[in-house]
Amino acid sequence: MNVLTDPLTYGFMQRAMLEACIVGGVCGIVGCFVVLRGLAFIGDALAHAVFPGVVISYMLDRSIVIGAFVFGFFTALGVGIVSRSRRVTEDSAIGVLFAAFFALGVVIISRQSGFRRDLGALLFGNVLGVSQSDVLVTIAIGAVVLLVLFALLKEFTLAAFDSTLARSLGYPVFWLDMTLLMLVTATIVVSLQTVGNILILALIVTPPATARLLTDDLYRMMFSSALIGVLSSAVGLYLSFYWDLAAGATIVLTATAFFVVALVVAPDHGLLAHEIQKRRGHHHVHHFHTADETLAEDA
Amino acid sequence: MTADSLLEVQGLVIGYGSTFVMHGLTFNVPRGAVVGLIGPNGSGKSTLLKALAGVIPPRRGRILLDGHPIDRSAGEVAFVPQREEVNWDFPITARGVVTMGRYRRRGWLRWPGSDDRRRADAALGRMGLHGLGGRHISQFSGGQQQRIFLARALVQEPRVVLLDEPLTGVDAKNRTVFYDTIRSFAEHGVTVIMATHELEEVPPLCSHVCCMNHGIVAFGPTSETYVPEVLRRTFGGQVAVFS
Repeated sequence: MNVLTDPLTYGFMQRAMLEACIVGGVCGIVGCFVVLRGLAFIGDALAHAVFPGVVISYMLDRSIVIGAFVFGFFTALGVGIVSRSRRVTEDSAIGVLFAAFFALGVVIISRQSGFRRDLGALLFGNVLGVSQSDVLVTIAIGAVVLLVLFALLKEFTLAAFDSTLARSLGYPVFWLDMTLLMLVTATIVVSLQTVGNILILALIVTPPATARLLTDDLYRMMFSSALIGVLSSAVGLYLSFYWDLAAGATIVLTATAFFVVALVVAPDHGLLAHEIQKRRGHHHVHHFHTADETLAEDA
Repeated sequence: MTADSLLEVQGLVIGYGSTFVMHGLTFNVPRGAVVGLIGPNGSGKSTLLKALAGVIPPRRGRILLDGHPIDRSAGEVAFVPQREEVNWDFPITARGVVTMGRYRRRGWLRWPGSDDRRRADAALGRMGLHGLGGRHISQFSGGQQQRIFLARALVQEPRVVLLDEPLTGVDAKNRTVFYDTIRSFAEHGVTVIMATHELEEVPPLCSHVCCMNHGIVAFGPTSETYVPEVLRRTFGGQVAVFS
């Protein structure tokens, strides 16, 4: 008897484990840019806005990927264009669009009798029910997402850190943002079956936020974030198997637990480290306003 | 086009929304000039700099470099942002920031190589930050942080450098490095335009002055433009004018 391998003797658990780990890794990497570019809110909006697309695809018996993509694309474009008007701030634009789209999805569902039993799966995911072809689609989309992300890594980093420089160098910042949002949409689409519509944001934001506490280096942050995403998925899935808990929600709570641990014990940015530095009377080096006192001028 | 002017601004109309618009901005900046951009708070200094940097598209008018529209992708214009506009918590090292000045030269799908890395480290060395390239940007003092961004402008090999309030929070020792860098840009024929509210720094450093107050009040050589009468018109009695 082996605690780790026993669950994997079931075919549905093998597929679920593969699906959840890929999703955790891809979300962890893409999420770094969502967090650094300050797109968490629009990421949430996208997750909700793809809902009617998913519902319509479901009704037409088509792959949910297509419907979700169409709605995700128009939401991202809509937010980008509406927020160019100075009278409407970006967060208002996002709020208007995502609530409307989500409501549209609910209205469509309410017209369909016999559809309600699947609503739970759409909202909260159903990772234990993924088919082999679902896993293959996840692998394919995940690979494309990572390929595009790494191809444009330098530009995404520049736009996230200093969009002024990016514009002054003639980079199409609007389209870079749109591309990033499309990658986020694709990530959301493949994650829907794992954690569902409502909880997806946790997989995109929590692992990068955890990784940021552990390192000051972007590439290490991306690597740690992917690792934390995969670990959260695996640990969460095992816990849900043995304790009979909802899989998606358990994965999210596992990721949250990692975050809380990092928040307390992270070597430089953790609460404990801050407290120790305060007790010792040292100023925290990583703070802008105290840097003058702690770092000797060398000029 | 006058013989020695590098940057020509012709009939520029820029602004945000309908409330803040500046009309008819026209001036020619000579090659190697150091222009002090002065004016009261909210007079449009940053807006003009951002238009020159290509961040705010002008509604009308032209900005020419050597008689041609600026090729932004060639990195001809470098921009040093205000300290408050930089996200100091971003996970990036000093070397990482400086290397960004080389991104356009690498082009799409290509990573900065060892040559770019060497240039970045050399530029940091010139800024008195030798061997500190691997440190996170939040671990530097205010003056050092500004020098990181100057180093980025250096490696970009620009023809115009724009600086937005570069002297804010910079102590005397750091100012020396800053002045040397600006003068070295000018000696190499690079035109420098810096917005500043520290008027006393203008005469020793700037060859030209551009006075702004919701438009251009005056533009010309420091000796002719930095005079009590013009400053009074620019600031409307908000500053004590000294001669």
